Amino acid sequence: MEKRLKGQPVVAGYAQGSAIILREPISFWGGIDPSSGEIIDRRVERSGQIVAGKVFVFPNGKGSSTGSAVLMESIHNGTAPAAIINVKVDSILALGSIVAEELYQRTIPIIVLPFSQFNDIAEDDLVTVFPDGTVLINHAG
Amino acid sequence: MPLSLTANDLLILEGKYGQASERAMRIIVRMAEIMGVAELIDVTQVHIDACGMLTEAGLEFIELLAKEGGKVVVPTTLNIIPLDLKNWQQQGISEDYANKVLRTVKAYLDLNCIPTWTCAPYHGYLAPRFSQQIAWGESNAIVYANSVLGAWTERYADFFDVCVSLTGRTPKFGLHIKENRRGQILFQLVGFQASDFLDSSLYPTLGHLVGKKTGDHVPVIVGIPVQPTCDQLKAFGAASASSGAVGLFHMVGITPEACTINEAFQGKEPQQTIEINPFMLEMARKDLSTLSADNIAIDTVILGCPHFSYQEFGELALTIQRHGAKIHPEVRMIIMTNRNALTLLEDSPYMKIIKGFGAEVVSDTCVFHTPLLSSSTKVIMTNSGKCSYYSPGELNVQVAFGNLNECVESAIRGVVCRGVQPWKRD
Repeated sequence: MEKRLKGQPVVAGYAQGSAIILREPISFWGGIDPSSGEIIDRRVERSGQIVAGKVFVFPNGKGSSTGSAVLMESIHNGTAPAAIINVKVDSILALGSIVAEELYQRTIPIIVLPFSQFNDIAEDDLVTVFPDGTVLINHAG
Repeated sequence: MPLSLTANDLLILEGKYGQASERAMRIIVRMAEIMGVAELIDVTQVHIDACGMLTEAGLEFIELLAKEGGKVVVPTTLNIIPLDLKNWQQQGISEDYANKVLRTVKAYLDLNCIPTWTCAPYHGYLAPRFSQQIAWGESNAIVYANSVLGAWTERYADFFDVCVSLTGRTPKFGLHIKENRRGQILFQLVGFQASDFLDSSLYPTLGHLVGKKTGDHVPVIVGIPVQPTCDQLKAFGAASASSGAVGLFHMVGITPEACTINEAFQGKEPQQTIEINPFMLEMARKDLSTLSADNIAIDTVILGCPHFSYQEFGELALTIQRHGAKIHPEVRMIIMTNRNALTLLEDSPYMKIIKGFGAEVVSDTCVFHTPLLSSSTKVIMTNSGKCSYYSPGELNVQVAFGNLNECVESAIRGVVCRGVQPWKRD
């Protein structure tokens, strides 16, 4: 089953990956290890999972302003998520993605979805994001 | 909403002032567009957090800006650097690592930043003034500047701070705008007595709880019957900006934009009211530790997250004297601070007491970013809500949270010692 959602492209780009979903906010610094892409915040339910290459879906960022540096380093190391989907624009993550584009001409798209559509994405769904903010979902299984 | 730029903004964007500021302005404009901002404003001070974590991408970016001849155009202080610049050679840190950090130092100084190297810039040179528009990085510094000093800054991401320092311009967004500084959630302390506030761990614990419940809203706290010290407000803010995305809080009768509850909410009603009772605070205190049991062996006590002030060194020295013992031979106590506090400390009687106890004082840096802890470190203890929050993930350790006295006692006995539960009711 395919579903099409329309979000706002915070950082525009094309990406595809399977969804990994976190239902709570996360700080990338203290939350994601840029050497491996592992969720290292031991206080969140998905701790220990790997976000590299996945479409990482979570409501919004929080906490440390070093989150942008962690995202930049993840992009440098190739351990970043393929794309990020939030419900709120997070300027810390947006900045990380934009600076990485300045440096490496390589970025990861960030899309903001309306809250009502946020729950339409399920774990492991194949998600494709387009530069205009369209999000295409193919349910797994 | 289209972004309107001044003639000078356009000149910067065209490269009139050099490649580095052109690059910085290009990023600022993109950020302004992302956030739907209509105009840029001047800021008159910047605190850069981006120097705090050594990354390949970060080093590459800052060296590029320095090579392009970038210079800051407003006074710009610097956050911690991932090295104790004066003592790293005695700390067993590898030359390869140190050389990379020293390259970072050189790049920031080439931009004409001020070598303050601290996460507590509000306690030192160039503390901002009330209602000054500034651009600060470092979550604990942001929340302190906004809430305690009443300066106006949004939560700046690492490297966005750098871009603003090179242009003096920033999008007019978030906490730079008066109406966004309005309180949203009312936290009412109920069932507390003045004596509950004697335990200094109340502030980081309350901050942890408020941060968790408020997310990225502006919390307003009422019902604190005492005047907290600057260090207590620092501990509260740092914890709230870790468990949540708090960039500004108001404490009625305590912080400068909240003389009255009406002022804190700018005449509007709270969106939500949350009561906090002593039981909830006890639960939050437990939540700060991953180690609930006492009497477990600890490896290291970490103090100074955010950087220890001179006043906190004084409290530590008095606590050590009261115990009249030395640190356990298998335990380290690491205290992180800045050169301001260290300079005062070196001329004070406290230094001898703290050194005699066996504690290590490190300057300019932070255990989260410099390899000071050995890989065999498994259990730490701290009085900091922020350190408690981040250490399990960042340092891969178990953490026991306690007040300063409990930290000192545990360092002496070599095991976690916590006294009575301070807010437990019979």
